[in-house]
Amino acid sequence: MGRLALIARLVARDLRHRPAEAVILLLAITAAATTLTLGLVLHGITTGPYERTRTATVAPDIVASVAPANNANQPADLANLTPLAKAPGVIGSSGPYPVRGMTLRTGDYTVPAMAEGRGQAPSAIDRPLLTAGTWARPGSVVLERSFAAALGVKTGQTIFLNDRGFRISGIAVSAALPPYPALCNVGCDFVSPNLPSGQPGLVWMTKTDLLAGATPADPVSWYMNLRLANPASAGTYATAYDNAHTAWSAPYLVSWQRVEVATSRVTESAEGVLLLGSALLALLAIASVAVLAGGRMAGQVRRVGLLKAVGATPGLVAVVLLAEHLLVAAAAACLGLALGWLAAPLVASPGAGLLGSADVSVSLTDAGVVVAVALVVALLATVAPAIRGARASTVRALDDAARTPKRRPVVTRVSRRMPPVLLLGLRIAARRPRRSLLGMASVTVTVAGLVTVLMAHAKFDARAAGSGALTNPVNTEVIHMTTVITVALVLLAAVNALLITWATVLDARRSSALSRALGATAAQVSAGLAVAQMLPALTGAIVGTPLGFLLYAALKHQGGMTYPPVWWLACVVLGTPLVVGALTVIPSRAASRTEVASVLQSGAA
Amino acid sequence: MRTYLDQPEDQGVNSLLSARTLCKRYGRGDALVRAVDDVDLDVETGETVAIMGPSGCGKSTLLHLLGGLDRPDSGEIKLAGKRVDQLGERGLARLRRDAVGFVFQSFHLMDELTAVENVELPALLAGRSPRAARKRALELLSRTGLADRAKFLPSALSGGQRQRVAVARALANEPLIVLADEPTGNLDSAATLEVLRLFDDLHEAGQTLVIVTHDSRIAATADRMITMRDGAFVDETRLTGGTAGSLSRLAGLEG
Repeated sequence: MGRLALIARLVARDLRHRPAEAVILLLAITAAATTLTLGLVLHGITTGPYERTRTATVAPDIVASVAPANNANQPADLANLTPLAKAPGVIGSSGPYPVRGMTLRTGDYTVPAMAEGRGQAPSAIDRPLLTAGTWARPGSVVLERSFAAALGVKTGQTIFLNDRGFRISGIAVSAALPPYPALCNVGCDFVSPNLPSGQPGLVWMTKTDLLAGATPADPVSWYMNLRLANPASAGTYATAYDNAHTAWSAPYLVSWQRVEVATSRVTESAEGVLLLGSALLALLAIASVAVLAGGRMAGQVRRVGLLKAVGATPGLVAVVLLAEHLLVAAAAACLGLALGWLAAPLVASPGAGLLGSADVSVSLTDAGVVVAVALVVALLATVAPAIRGARASTVRALDDAARTPKRRPVVTRVSRRMPPVLLLGLRIAARRPRRSLLGMASVTVTVAGLVTVLMAHAKFDARAAGSGALTNPVNTEVIHMTTVITVALVLLAAVNALLITWATVLDARRSSALSRALGATAAQVSAGLAVAQMLPALTGAIVGTPLGFLLYAALKHQGGMTYPPVWWLACVVLGTPLVVGALTVIPSRAASRTEVASVLQSGAA
Repeated sequence: MRTYLDQPEDQGVNSLLSARTLCKRYGRGDALVRAVDDVDLDVETGETVAIMGPSGCGKSTLLHLLGGLDRPDSGEIKLAGKRVDQLGERGLARLRRDAVGFVFQSFHLMDELTAVENVELPALLAGRSPRAARKRALELLSRTGLADRAKFLPSALSGGQRQRVAVARALANEPLIVLADEPTGNLDSAATLEVLRLFDDLHEAGQTLVIVTHDSRIAATADRMITMRDGAFVDETRLTGGTAGSLSRLAGLEG
């Protein structure tokens, strides 16, 4: 108990003495924990809204359809579809309804649409729920809500379907098929073969209006909604049927479970972005904590010596530092969980295609994962400096002797031929290769994130430049999230650059003072310290760029790679070391203003 | 490249180094410490001056002021007839690079550099060619008796050898004056003798030296011994024998 009390007292005192470092640690780990929480809570957020929408719209357990042959020379065989209403296990049905692929045109967009022909009375199964306006009558249509939102249209406006004008009489939601932009995840398979390319949305109109434009060259498909005695078996029922009936003319069955999965893909990309972002932020947090822990150990050499001199074991010294960082990490995890939970409703929208808001809840498993990741981040970053501190010789520690820097003969040889600023910069960077590596890794992660956003923007711009293409709300959301995460990455990387510079400045105090005593100017020493940060930053930017391409490739699900203009990438690669150099100006200049005499008098060789 | 020696020179000055009414204070009010208090000093070319005194009497501060490592609060310092107390940061850097060589009690060698790499560093910082810097460094190591230790890291050298490397480094840019701050303070008797022999050689070669020490045996080897107390000079003795030929007679230092 006494030992625990001692550790607690040492930890509390140290945290009180260094509040700024504790806050930076807390913020770095909190950023990663918050993003991870958001990524985790996004998983499954559409389940509740989908079930609510399914109940409210009396959604079918299975949608069965028949389509014309691919070359459209044989019409859909309705005779194969209708007997399904009396198939074993089926207890109810609605339809058959005709369905056609059409081209929808508004003032701004020309996009594909899947139009369903309905009666004017509500059907027994699959009753789209109007959220605005009235049901379709001759000459008017109802648009699926997320499709209408993406088009930016409202009731009362006119749209053109295959060049024929229709008034929008209503906006509705339905759970029979996935909403825009996920409709094609299952729905495109059973419409006629002449659906224009692109992401279609759902439109309901009267059966008469739909059939009016149908020709042998532009035929209709048919579908029916089925209710099963056991809705839970819809998945196996549909799979078994589809496997047993493979002829093109046979009905194609889609279960409500497949529709639910397709619907959940609306948030899948955002979930992927957040999880990847949290991984990148966690890597940066490791770098932050490692630099702080290393710097703190370097600054605490004498304290460690004193502790050991009065009888503390090496284990106690390591435990105090570990306990301190683990405590901050646990606090950061709790803060991250709370922030993630609070921010989740802002990013966790199930989309306009479903009813109600997302069910945001942090499960015990989610909380466990976040806390574990935060603790692992702190542990990974602290364990090496803690062990090093514990192993330090007590006598050397009491003398406050600096750790002997690494000798790099190649760097020394190469730098001899360089101007004084580069000579100093290269040698400072080489003195602590692990710290330089941390700086490089920090920049690599940030640049990779930045390049991913640039690629997403390049793709977005390329699409926006296309004629009448409709903005995909999922892509827009992904770009927004990636941008927010990248801003967090850049901020954390900037903090890292400052921390690394500060640690380098403290570590290089004696060698900087000595260089000045030997004739280097303060400006040369200051520039050398900046160069020591800029060289790893340049390497990190060069490595991070192709990593960004790979990250983007891992994130996107379809479509080719669109690379940003070369000058964008050149700005990132060349601008990053310049930004890092600018960030290091203040600590570097502060260091170069220190009195040489006082540093040399206090330092021992 | 512009060097310290390119600056205009005051006329009619005989001393290589001179200081007039030099003052340096720390703190305020009751805590005011006069580290250097109204000091006048002249050092002739080729002369070895020892400054003695107890710890904290201001010897090292005076040396730092003379070498441009620190700035005086008042007074003036001239080196080779040129005012150095009014130089800006760049000018002081040039002074330290071209005209002054420092030897510290704690050696202050770069731990990660070999002996020869340490010695050539001032020449590289002065922008000299790597080849010329290395040639000069090897010559100096040879002169200090460390030619066979050129590739050794400081950690592999004895205290006396480290200090000899530091002396070689101080001579890298052929300075007008070498300022040594307790050069034997961290050394045993044998190593002290090694370093003193080196200073003896430098004195013989005409190198101007100012050595701060609290060891009277070291001071006895100089041309002139000045005693400091509470920041001021309290005594000055011209020694007839000087360093030349006197080392072997110093009791307690024989190897």
